[in-house]
Amino acid sequence: MSTLEIKNLYASVETKEGRKQILRGVNLTVNSGEIHAIMGPNGSGKSTLAYTLAGHPKYEVDSGQALLDGEDLLLMTPDERAKAGLFLAMQYPVEVPGVSMTNFLRTAVTEVSGEAPAIRTWTKELTAAMKQLKMDPKFATRSVNEGFSGGEKKRAEVLQLEMLKPKFAVLDETDSGLDVDALRIVSEGVNRAKAANDFGVLMVTHYTRILKYIKPDIVHVFADGHFVKTGGPELADELEERGYDEYLPEGSDSESALA
Amino acid sequence: MADTSPNAASDVEMSQYVADRARVNEEKIRQDDEIIEQFGEYSYGWHDSDAAGEAAKKGIDEQVVREISADKNEPEWMLDMRLRGYRAFVEQPMPKWGVDLSGFHAQDFKYYVKPVGKQAASWEDLPDDIRNTYDRLGIPEAEKSRLVSGVAAQYESEVIYNSIQEDLAKQGVIFVDTDTAVREYPDLVRKYFGTVVPPEDNKFGALNTAAWSGGSFVYVPKGVHVDIPLQAYFRINTPNMGQFERTLIIADEGSYVHYVEGCTAPIYSTDSLHAAIVEIIVEKNARVRYTTVQNWSNNVYNLVTQRAYVREGATMEWVDGNIGSKATMKYPACILAEPYANASTMSLGFAGSGQYQDTGAKMIHLAPHTSSTIVAKSISRGGGRSAYRGLVKIVDGAEGASSNVVCDALLVDDFSRSDTYPHVDVREDDVSMAHEATVSKVSEDQLFYLMSRGVEEKEAMAMIVRGFVEPISRELPMEYALELNRLVELQMEGSVG
Repeated sequence: MSTLEIKNLYASVETKEGRKQILRGVNLTVNSGEIHAIMGPNGSGKSTLAYTLAGHPKYEVDSGQALLDGEDLLLMTPDERAKAGLFLAMQYPVEVPGVSMTNFLRTAVTEVSGEAPAIRTWTKELTAAMKQLKMDPKFATRSVNEGFSGGEKKRAEVLQLEMLKPKFAVLDETDSGLDVDALRIVSEGVNRAKAANDFGVLMVTHYTRILKYIKPDIVHVFADGHFVKTGGPELADELEERGYDEYLPEGSDSESALA
Repeated sequence: MADTSPNAASDVEMSQYVADRARVNEEKIRQDDEIIEQFGEYSYGWHDSDAAGEAAKKGIDEQVVREISADKNEPEWMLDMRLRGYRAFVEQPMPKWGVDLSGFHAQDFKYYVKPVGKQAASWEDLPDDIRNTYDRLGIPEAEKSRLVSGVAAQYESEVIYNSIQEDLAKQGVIFVDTDTAVREYPDLVRKYFGTVVPPEDNKFGALNTAAWSGGSFVYVPKGVHVDIPLQAYFRINTPNMGQFERTLIIADEGSYVHYVEGCTAPIYSTDSLHAAIVEIIVEKNARVRYTTVQNWSNNVYNLVTQRAYVREGATMEWVDGNIGSKATMKYPACILAEPYANASTMSLGFAGSGQYQDTGAKMIHLAPHTSSTIVAKSISRGGGRSAYRGLVKIVDGAEGASSNVVCDALLVDDFSRSDTYPHVDVREDDVSMAHEATVSKVSEDQLFYLMSRGVEEKEAMAMIVRGFVEPISRELPMEYALELNRLVELQMEGSVG
């Protein structure tokens, strides 16, 4: 049983117009086995929360903590966070030419688990996971994300989730750009990985459709850099019906609306 | 493009290589770290004791050229060739383009250093110092384990050891140093020497023609396939050395040979010069691959002319890795002289701090249905500078010719530099010509992506760079591919804070 506890998190990003604070007092507790949906309008900062947790250098923490079983992730380098048990499935995974998926995955699994997987069981596990995600075996020999379609990239992210077995998985807009079939396959992958490892999930999404496949225990509304409402699955239905209008700041000046 | 490695054993080695490159084995990583620590900054920087080098005089004039020729007991025609080269060297101006040659002074170098009295029949016959050097470089070991089918070791001006497997010799394959070839195969040498790179070709080619010594002469008879590479190893030992090897390879009809050369030198505060010429004649339907892994120390000017004359249906492949040197100017060239000749150049330049790699390729299409491919990759870091300089020329009448050029530059930081100078001269309508150039930076997002999967920053950087050079390193024999990866990683040391 693990716990991820985000306390009073404030974080900023450098923009052309200067430093801009995006996260403004985020508080959240997630336990193993729980699925939290983090929903909110575009530009509310929900992806920033995901990247700040994983340690993208673009985002600077102003104050606060993100404790994974008491250890502050925010004091760690991104690779240390992965080793501590955090996984981020990215919305736009980058291409790494010349590095094969197999080598990359084996390296990652070795680093995260602390030991090299035995060749025989490794191949079996990888092949099985790829088959269930309906990925062509050729993907194993292709360069990381290079020339992958949007849907293929998302499958590759979920494949990594399955292989890396984290304690907490942050899924950033994993549903974006997927057709219905791909959405189902990807969602089933997430559910399979969760069933096997019982990790906690923070699912960042703009739309409710992925929630039909990955059932949240708790739904949060994120607006203007922090959580503004929390409820059960019924909150998602409410959002489906009414949209985010009531959470948007008045007028066009979103800077000061929700302080 | 080039097909896969010619020897079947490499498949097995390749899988090992892939496993190594994945670096999943902790033990392997630890060993590599130890090796890297032992290596320090540049791993070949030692030098031997040096009576011959100290005794040699600096500078070149007509008298020096005559003395070299006399010392080698050369025929008159070769002396004439040398003198033509010398005159051209004196007359031609220094190139105004390419690397910075303002510190280059021809009279600072030693032109002819004979480290031993005569070529050794076995490694044991060499002086201890020199033998130790080659042991440390692993050359006798490679020969013993038959990773190569012939070895040439050039030390300063002389090839001090040269061997070829007996079965190849029986099939008529000749692999000797070029000085020996002038004596023993005068007709063959005279027929081809200087035909692909004439004495007046360019300033440094002219200097080589004047002062050449050593290098390899290779003749592969009709239909003979030399399945395992011939290996040459060039070593500069004395300070201010000028090494001017001269290599001539003739692949007769339908034959195949792969020649691999490696180069290292000690680190000195003064400059040395390596100005080689490589001439290759690829006869009808023959195939030659010429691979270089150049790792000169950062005080060596590397100014080399390499050119192949490719006949009907023949294939020429240059694989060119330039990791070391202070300044390199090198543009392996192919003259596609007859129909259906084809050629490729795959090159990698790594410009670290204080280095300027000006490299590229030339493809001259003189006949119909000739095809060429250039893949040039460069990495710049620590303020280093790399350039792709290429020429593709297709003459009127070379219908159906095709050429494909891809240059990719990778900048590791914000203060290094990469330039691309592609020249295209097409005088025929019915051709296919493609050029693609990219400059990329190792991005924050790439590093973050790999790190978010548990990979440490240093290894993440190394993975990205290894991935970038992979299209070149996969073309190399396995030991060289591993060596190249290791060199690139050494060069990358300290590139991440």
